[in-house]
Amino acid sequence: MIVSGCVSGKVLYISLSGEMDECSAQSARAKCDKLIDDNLGVTKIVINLSEVAFMDSTGIGFLIGRYKKASRLSIPLCVEKPNFAADKILNLSGIYSLIPKEN
Amino acid sequence: MTKNYLKLQFYSLPRNQAFARDAVAAFCLELNPSLSDLSDVKTAVSEAVTNCTVHAYKGDLGLVTVECEIEDEELHIKISDTGKGIPDIGKAVQPFFTSAPSDERSGMGFTIMQTFMDEFRVNSVQGEGTVVYMTKSFKAEVENA
Repeated sequence: MIVSGCVSGKVLYISLSGEMDECSAQSARAKCDKLIDDNLGVTKIVINLSEVAFMDSTGIGFLIGRYKKASRLSIPLCVEKPNFAADKILNLSGIYSLIPKEN
Repeated sequence: MTKNYLKLQFYSLPRNQAFARDAVAAFCLELNPSLSDLSDVKTAVSEAVTNCTVHAYKGDLGLVTVECEIEDEELHIKISDTGKGIPDIGKAVQPFFTSAPSDERSGMGFTIMQTFMDEFRVNSVQGEGTVVYMTKSFKAEVENA
């Protein structure tokens, strides 16, 4: 899974690309957390899921983990552009009440 | 349509999770699945195979067996391991239940299998292993005139 980030204004945009499963999640977690730690001055984090071709429930755990980290830092977190399959899982989990989906 | 059958057996390595779900998805292409149905099957298989790696064998090497059968436009999937088994199935299938909360596990695996497939059941014997049975129907829905 490819994790890339950029800061625009005071917002950290993190893009995930590839397949999110138990196998790929570990390195994605580390890369994502490093991006957050390297950009502590931001006022918001947006995780872009448009290039995530596959996601199972590992994705829910992954997002909750990043949500907890961002909450400790008092930075709001949201996701954007999940494909229909990822959206189905995220909806089922109720995660959007914690991590809003922006369009 | 004729019957078809597939059996895969592989080590419970994390990198085999993608292989297993993609192989099952390729096998059911003859049923002309919609993209949505295909994605449901892939996700459910991924959940079951991940459970074998993470829970049944807890990172040790074990064998995972995936059997698929196509009959009457239905896909039957059986995923089995010979790992440690589930102590309390009733608890394990509850949404958000996880035996490993510190690992950022969502506890949604069985809920996803139940929701995404048409039939789902799980048998487990502690110390002997777990078998998950799932069915997805690809029968064209008859609309009332």
